[in-house]
Amino acid sequence: MNASTAAVLVETPRRAARRLSSYPVVPLAIIVLMLLVAIGADVVAPHDPEIGSLGLRFKPPAWQAGGSADHLLGTDHLGRDVLSRLLFGARVSLVVGFTAVIVAGLLGVAFGIAAGYLGGWVDEVIMRLTDTWLALPALTFAIFLAAVLGPSELNIVIVLAAVYWTRYARVIRGEVLSLKEREFVRLAIIAGCSRLTIMRRHILPNVLNSAIVLATLMLGVVVVTEAALSFLGVGVPPPKPAWGLMLADGKRGLMAGYWWLTVLPGLCIMLLVLAANLLGDWLRVKLDPQLRQL
Amino acid sequence: MSEPLLELRGLSTHYESARGTRVTRAVDDVSLTVERGTTLGIVGESGSGKSTLALSIMRLLPPAARIVGGQIRFEGEDLLRKSPAEMRAIRGKRIAMILQDPMASLNPLFTIGDQISESLRVHEGASRKSAWTRARRLLEAVRISAPAARMTEFPHQMSGGMRQRIVGAIAVACEPRLLIADEPTTSLDLTIQAQYLSLLRDLQREHHLAMIFITHNLGIVARMCDAVAVMYAGRVVEAGPIREIFNEPAHPYTRALLESVPRLTDDSHARLPAIDGQPPDPSAPPPGCAFHPRCPQRRPRCEAEAPPVTRVGAGHTARCWLHAP
Repeated sequence: MNASTAAVLVETPRRAARRLSSYPVVPLAIIVLMLLVAIGADVVAPHDPEIGSLGLRFKPPAWQAGGSADHLLGTDHLGRDVLSRLLFGARVSLVVGFTAVIVAGLLGVAFGIAAGYLGGWVDEVIMRLTDTWLALPALTFAIFLAAVLGPSELNIVIVLAAVYWTRYARVIRGEVLSLKEREFVRLAIIAGCSRLTIMRRHILPNVLNSAIVLATLMLGVVVVTEAALSFLGVGVPPPKPAWGLMLADGKRGLMAGYWWLTVLPGLCIMLLVLAANLLGDWLRVKLDPQLRQL
Repeated sequence: MSEPLLELRGLSTHYESARGTRVTRAVDDVSLTVERGTTLGIVGESGSGKSTLALSIMRLLPPAARIVGGQIRFEGEDLLRKSPAEMRAIRGKRIAMILQDPMASLNPLFTIGDQISESLRVHEGASRKSAWTRARRLLEAVRISAPAARMTEFPHQMSGGMRQRIVGAIAVACEPRLLIADEPTTSLDLTIQAQYLSLLRDLQREHHLAMIFITHNLGIVARMCDAVAVMYAGRVVEAGPIREIFNEPAHPYTRALLESVPRLTDDSHARLPAIDGQPPDPSAPPPGCAFHPRCPQRRPRCEAEAPPVTRVGAGHTARCWLHAP
């Protein structure tokens, strides 16, 4: 009897607890909660996030002196409800984050596989392009692109995908280089598969693991970049509630003691990025047989 | 006599270094024929050009290699004149190949059924369902127990011998006319080797397959092949029917190879004869006959001129000055 069957036979409560703790409960909970909030923002949010009342400007959170239960997390300089704006902001961050990560991933994986498998001038062109891309500071490049395209949510996605696809392309190309020397790819060639069939059926499924791990880790990067672009005024156009935008609006009030206008959206960004990174790290270990301890 | 299934005429494949300064004659002026339904064994040391010869026939050479001359006639057509798309339609369909390593020959992410069905669907446009049924019958044919259950399993759930049999099933899926097996049993243990070889023989009989069997194991050649070609430094030094070669080897290299096979019946405790010296550097073979530095019967002429192909018996040829007219 080997070790794994023995382990199944004597599953003590302690062991079960350890198994549960091997799942990233906290990051998963954060992301799921944010997803739920983003989807149900219309239902959950107590006020309209874009319309405020000037008579209610700079109300502090409910637990501070002068706060009211009507605006749990206070109001901003236009009297808009901060809680509602944060809830709707989750929608912007997640929609932009997920779409950008997916679009960049599709581009990067496609280019990475083409470069790695086809080699030759295709590889040369794609890799020199990614070298050039990586030589440019990502944020500066993004600001430039965003300024050219103009602020809108769709443009943000385009900008983020355009800036970050190279990260995927490099990693995937490396994987493909080792995959294409594997015997099963040679067998597929011998069986008369075309290059397209081989890339689609034999290479792509084998690089998906890496692509998914990379996508999770990229989610954090993309969310921060989106927030930075919005903060700098080239991202999501006001009055839409985006966390980066809220930070920008709130920064003038920071010295005046209106801390909730900057701290709260900042906290949201931090939590999302942290959760995405923790989840990504966990996935990487989980999906990599070399790191996984069996 | 009808036309042979495969005929190589003066085939030469060279590897060239990046600047074209070093040329390695991996396959040099090789002429061979394979009749329908028969097995040709190709034996030789590592680096003698066996695998390059196989890859030349499939037209799957690495970029540095180039076929510089000769003809490959298969079922009356010259394979060297086929476009890449035409070659793709031939590979797997009319000429199949089995690689050395059964562990790595299957895609870890697809089920056995998917992988056997794949070439049926690629080459014959079979529907998913009919390909699946045929794949199951193939699994039965390669003697895998509980084929229906195995169809949905993944390669890591199989043993090495089973995987090699599955690779065999994939190879014969489209009923090819010619099967090239490049040392298909080197990574299997001995009992599995024996089973696999008899399986290949059965498949060959059932499908009327011709085979090219590449190996350095003369015992396997004796068991599997109808004819044999001995390669040395990129050239076929001797070729002929199996009986002739084993009973009356004409070339000193063939003789030395046969003498270096251990025999169970031999009671003497004498050391096994070995061939002195090293195989030549293929990029700088010795002048004349490439075997002359190691040959016990060399003559002055061997060092100066390469021997021509000489007929020494029925269908039996050798490249050696001992037999040249």
